[in-house]
Amino acid sequence: MIRVTDVIKRYSSEVAIGPVDLTIEPGGIIALVGPNGAGKSTLLTMMGRLLGMDGGSISIAGHDVARTPSRELATIVSILRQENHFITRLTVRQLVGFGRFPYSQGRLTPADEQIIDRAISFLDLTGLEGRYLDELSGGQRQRAYVAMVLAQDTEYVLLDEPLNNLDMRHSVAMMRHLHDAAHTLGRTIVIVLHDINFACQYADRLCAMKDGRVVAFGTPEEIMTSEVLTDVFETTVEVIDGPRGRLAVYY
Amino acid sequence: MADVLSRPAPARPADAPASGPLPTVAARRRYTVVVVVLAAMALGFGFGLLAWANPMPVGSLGFWRIAELRATNLVTMGVVALCQAVATVSFQTVTTNRILTPSIMGFEALYAAIQTTAVYVLGVTGIIALQGLPQFVLQVVVMVAFSALLYGWLLTGRFGNLQIMLLIGIILGGGLRSVSSFMQRLLTPSEFDVLTARLFGNVSNADPQYLLVGVPVALVVSGVLYLRSHRLNVLALGRETSLNLGVNHRRELITVLVLVSILMAISTALVGPLTFLGFLVATLSYQLADTYDHRLIFPVAALTGFVVLSGAYFVMNHVFRAEGVVSVIIELVGGTVFLFVIVRKGRL
Amino acid sequence: MTVPSPAAGAVRAPGRGRAPGRLVDPKLLLGILVVGALLVASLFTGVYDIWGADDGAAMFAITRVPRTIALVLAGAAMAMSGLVMQLLTQNRFVEPTTTGTTEWAGLGLLLVMVVAPEASLTARMIGAVVASFVGTVIFFAFLRRVTLRSSLIVPIVGIMLGAVVGSISTFIALRTNSLQIIGVWFAGSFTDIIRGQYEVLWITGLVGVAVFIAADRFTVAGLGEEIATNVGLNYPRMVLIGTGLIAVATGVVTVVVGNLPFLGLIVPNIVSLIRGDDLRSNLPWVCLLGIGIVTVCDLVGRTLIMPFEVPVSLILGILGAVVFIALLLHRRRRG
Repeated sequence: MIRVTDVIKRYSSEVAIGPVDLTIEPGGIIALVGPNGAGKSTLLTMMGRLLGMDGGSISIAGHDVARTPSRELATIVSILRQENHFITRLTVRQLVGFGRFPYSQGRLTPADEQIIDRAISFLDLTGLEGRYLDELSGGQRQRAYVAMVLAQDTEYVLLDEPLNNLDMRHSVAMMRHLHDAAHTLGRTIVIVLHDINFACQYADRLCAMKDGRVVAFGTPEEIMTSEVLTDVFETTVEVIDGPRGRLAVYY
Repeated sequence: MADVLSRPAPARPADAPASGPLPTVAARRRYTVVVVVLAAMALGFGFGLLAWANPMPVGSLGFWRIAELRATNLVTMGVVALCQAVATVSFQTVTTNRILTPSIMGFEALYAAIQTTAVYVLGVTGIIALQGLPQFVLQVVVMVAFSALLYGWLLTGRFGNLQIMLLIGIILGGGLRSVSSFMQRLLTPSEFDVLTARLFGNVSNADPQYLLVGVPVALVVSGVLYLRSHRLNVLALGRETSLNLGVNHRRELITVLVLVSILMAISTALVGPLTFLGFLVATLSYQLADTYDHRLIFPVAALTGFVVLSGAYFVMNHVFRAEGVVSVIIELVGGTVFLFVIVRKGRL
Repeated sequence: MTVPSPAAGAVRAPGRGRAPGRLVDPKLLLGILVVGALLVASLFTGVYDIWGADDGAAMFAITRVPRTIALVLAGAAMAMSGLVMQLLTQNRFVEPTTTGTTEWAGLGLLLVMVVAPEASLTARMIGAVVASFVGTVIFFAFLRRVTLRSSLIVPIVGIMLGAVVGSISTFIALRTNSLQIIGVWFAGSFTDIIRGQYEVLWITGLVGVAVFIAADRFTVAGLGEEIATNVGLNYPRMVLIGTGLIAVATGVVTVVVGNLPFLGLIVPNIVSLIRGDDLRSNLPWVCLLGIGIVTVCDLVGRTLIMPFEVPVSLILGILGAVVFIALLLHRRRRG
């Protein structure tokens, strides 16, 4: 369970996020949605202890993220940001191997290798495992990063806009992979998405944020209504029944 | 190192890419060849510097006496190569920037300021006043304290920011340099000549007794960094990925930077400033070793450093007979490589 | 971080009740008065007794007047070079000292002196200007090629580049036994400015006029290549003109006065901190503040250890470093 209590982040006297209170039960995909500047990525980054808080606390599976040693936390929660540029030249397999660092501290055991194998094949990267990251397309590279956090084998996975820069086909493939990871591997995946229809289709729960606060939290059926979305995005949103569930129409 | 190279990839075909630092058989073979060639060159230049143009026949008592004198220089080169190579590679890793060198962080400016002040205040005797083991240790301590203060001030606390720390270090160095250059204007030409000899890196600046302290400290600090290789591999992926993988980024950063400053201080206090040697060596070693793993990079870098230094001295002493300008030549080559790299590079 | 943040400028300008583009206001007149007073002080500061001695008036005309004019021209030129450079690179931490331009000018000057020791002032100047131009073009070419993750990397790379060029100069100087001499050349000082030697500095006055004329176009260029081209500006030509102006100003000032470190960096930053980012109305302030700071540093240098002089570059180097660090820390606080 991720428990966010009274979390505040101040950027300046005018701009602040929070106080945010939120409880995320384990299991499934939880999508953070909301307009630009709502604080989705900031909240996610604070959950992943990449950014400090100015008040409040966050605990994941009973561990306070501000106080638990980073190394211990790395076996419970993993986080992937949008921008990843490395100066080191790595192959896909080497990158995914880094996901085992919290357990192996750099010395990979046969068991680690098997987990790496699984993570790579889970994201259909087996044929590419010997390729260097700078030789891959954007979509392939994104999959390699996700394979790394899956190899980290944590119960909680936090992803910041993993569909950024992916085309339709790769976005759908990525969401299917994540859906599988959540339901067959039993992970809890918290994900920042800006496409509300993607979120509705693949997420099990939606968390809508606006102006630094959580304004709605519930199942897609509860959130995907014209009233809620119109209020959250401050633009008229109609919700219609499509062939595979609800669709938000806002243009 | 051997266990890294020979580790089997279990239950996988032998030619499948491994997760290890050298993914293919070809890469492993290449690495071995590079290390062997570098070691051979290091031995060759080393022996050459000891024995070449030695007036006594090889093996005689006189031969060894002359060789002993030259051996001090050789040991100095070894220490400097080790310090510069390990320090620069580690520094580039923790700053996640392959075109930086720790020498621009104010070490050399501080060294120059200390030397210049001594000559300015005491005249030519100032240089002598700075010689001796306690003075050597004191200079190292001052330089390390300077950088530790800088890191403590700028990397901790709520607003800690690595790049601002780097820039402030560079600017402080610039400020010190303008103070030094003002004092240099007021020196008599003879004082200035004495000072100049100290302001250009030269292995004969090193007094053998400094090595008693310099060698063990350099070995221990490099050893500590070598043992942290796995963590350095992660730090190279940047702050966010390191934190995600459970590395206490800020603590590691400061630890590594302090270790780097010890190595740089030893090298600078031993032989004087060598601004681009570290950059040259690190850039060459990444080309040669072609791996991300610091366990493999460090040995190649140290060997490359020694080959560059001893090779430059050998060629300059015995081919061009221009010993005094060795460091300047290295700086020129390093600087040119720097220009080449920044013009070719696509991203910083 | 881009230099002119249009939003910030737009917010601030109306708050001051100023019509955009209006150059003269009462505060500016006050500023002119203060700087004018400093210049008068500069005219009457010195060891030589211009009132009592027989040739006092002559000395006044030979040394004090040229020195004061040189302060005005060099201060304004370096401050404006910094501003233009910051606009063209869209980076606030860029100026001739942090991009290696100064070192290139020094290298050019040194090469001319080595090749032709008897070369005229004009020849030396051409050498310095050409070298600064080449250096600035290399730096800009580098900036265009790489995608930067942080604006702070730009000055770091620039200073490294300057160190490389500086080491080449050092090598040449060492081989020609002129190390201490070049130290004297490169340290900016107005001590040796006398009649008959400073006149070429008037060229930098022309640079200043050119910047004033092209101010609006530089502002647009400062919004980036895409926006500038979109509104019909010939961006490459503007970059070329800007680089040329910077090279001329840096080259001439380096030859006649020497290095004036950080002036081009701190002046535009202080002005935009106080007044926001409206280039057109800021330009006179940039000139004034540049002149003012150089004059104060020169006055301090002249009076600190009278009858000797401390070179202005030392005082400027220390003051500039302190202000630069303060700017960085200020920025750090804002995140």
